[in-house]
Amino acid sequence: MNANENTSGKTVSIRRKRISTKAADRIFVAFNIIFMTFIVTVMLYPFANTLAISFNNATDSLKGGIYLWPRIFTTDNYKNIFENPLLLIAFRNSVLRTVLSTIGGLFVCSMAGYILSRREFIFNKALTIYFLLTMYVSAGLIPTFFLYRDLGLFNNFAVYVVPGLFGAFNVIVIRTYIQGLPDSLVEAARIDGAGEFRTYIQIVLPVCKPVLATVGLWIAVGNWNDWFTTLIYASTRDNLTTLQYELMKVLSTAIAQMSSRQAAFMAGQAAAGGFQNITPIAIRSTITIIAAVPILCVYPFLQKYFVKGVHVGSVKG
Amino acid sequence: MQTQTRRKLLPTMIRQRELIFMSIPIVVYVFIFSYLPLRGWEMAFQHFRPGRAEQEWVGLQHFRFLFTDAGFFRIMRNTLAMSFINLVLGFACSIFLALMINEIRKKAVKRVVQTISYLPHFLSWVVACSLIANFLAGDGILNVLMMRLGIIDQPNIFLANPDYFWWIVGWSNVWKSVGWNTIIYLAAITAIDPELYESAELDGAGRFARMWHITLPGIKSTILVLVIMNIGWILNAGFEVQWLLHNGLTIDVAETIDVFVIRWGINMRNYSLATALGMFKTVVSIVLIVGANQLSKRFAQESLV
Repeated sequence: MNANENTSGKTVSIRRKRISTKAADRIFVAFNIIFMTFIVTVMLYPFANTLAISFNNATDSLKGGIYLWPRIFTTDNYKNIFENPLLLIAFRNSVLRTVLSTIGGLFVCSMAGYILSRREFIFNKALTIYFLLTMYVSAGLIPTFFLYRDLGLFNNFAVYVVPGLFGAFNVIVIRTYIQGLPDSLVEAARIDGAGEFRTYIQIVLPVCKPVLATVGLWIAVGNWNDWFTTLIYASTRDNLTTLQYELMKVLSTAIAQMSSRQAAFMAGQAAAGGFQNITPIAIRSTITIIAAVPILCVYPFLQKYFVKGVHVGSVKG
Repeated sequence: MQTQTRRKLLPTMIRQRELIFMSIPIVVYVFIFSYLPLRGWEMAFQHFRPGRAEQEWVGLQHFRFLFTDAGFFRIMRNTLAMSFINLVLGFACSIFLALMINEIRKKAVKRVVQTISYLPHFLSWVVACSLIANFLAGDGILNVLMMRLGIIDQPNIFLANPDYFWWIVGWSNVWKSVGWNTIIYLAAITAIDPELYESAELDGAGRFARMWHITLPGIKSTILVLVIMNIGWILNAGFEVQWLLHNGLTIDVAETIDVFVIRWGINMRNYSLATALGMFKTVVSIVLIVGANQLSKRFAQESLV
């Protein structure tokens, strides 16, 4: 920046400046270490705390004061959850919809991405606009609600998979990746006489693994984390419930109770009177952990891929 | 000229028929799930009751009701206030975090900090709000710390106090997305010319000075474009966190446009009013986003060329 400012300065003053700069740098580094420790603590503490509560005796948790370690260790909370038939159904549905949506979504988005990557395609521009507009034009909840009703998606497992297969952002990310591949790849396939569909399936898809991993992670996370679809379209059928929706029900009860100052006391009474091993906070914390863990086991391994994907999406999107 | 294109169109289409066949199912699919629902906007001009063969048309009655209703101003205030808080807190925190992460010299440490900072982004809002509820509970860590430090005498039920609600939403958003949002800034930082740092170092600029005078100006155009784009989304204050964290005491400050649509449309079955509000939101958003895009393109050209 100030490249020319000090060229005429004396060596002594530069040296003195160097020393004070070094001291300032040390303070800066110390501050950064403290700051990063703070950030890591803030990011991890709520999770660690809830993990501790989920492994603590349910009645004991009502007394409060659980921080990073359970006071009375138990795995009963998890046993209770995995013996609950409703939560087992919820877990199964969450897994099933995530798997099906990810496979289906990857197929649809990658095919759309391949089509848009063919610059010579006569409808390329029109299709790009047609797809991109869906990011901005949304009819809103109520018209969608009636469309799904008319399509028979109410109280139907298909509502979890069928409507969400296409995502304009994902298509753009995949298209950009395919356009970055060497042209010789597709040309070689052409010379071998492969048609478009075969080129897409046999030549392009196999080399798209990094971008498919990224988009697949996004689709999977979106599906696993979704509770809203269950609330609006399938809340009256127990056999269609999902893990996040069950957690949402427990959570809203807990938060509604906060509007009454006696809530904690009442919750304690209820627990002491009835179930010895089941309390709202223990159930909620345990489901929270079960709902969070699968994703937390996957995303760190895909980090280098999705970081790139975000960059591509933000530049071209 | 027109005849020439037309003459070329058909042979090209025949040659590219396979691409066309591949497009058709996707085009139909997108039409059904993204464009067909727009027909439902007619509900905004009707007194819609499901199951009736003929709907009663009422013109702009629902819009007139909305724009004169005190409730509308309340939800607009909530939406804009929470959007604004999210915008300011979100940008300030993610830029600061990105600058500081960039200053970590050890690659392994940097990677670990980044991975941990992405964690909340991958949690659902339900899980996040459940963690936040434990954090803010009467016996949660925030109350315990504040009491130890002597800031308060007795536990504060934060989620029962309307004064805190917007800030809880704002900081929850920061917690959830701050790490993720650093990705784009850190990518922009790698594009800064390393020679700038070298010559600054020769001039005796310390690390803070280099961060402040080189790194921050280096990502200025990225920041500007992102701010403009985000202003386009200002009516999208979200609904998940508000929906999940609100209760009877905080509903007056928690209700955003999207929460209102769910409550009036789905719970109270006033479909026409909810559609009118949803339509208003989409139309205003499109105007804002198109404007923002034009503006950011102009800035991007100016600063990137």
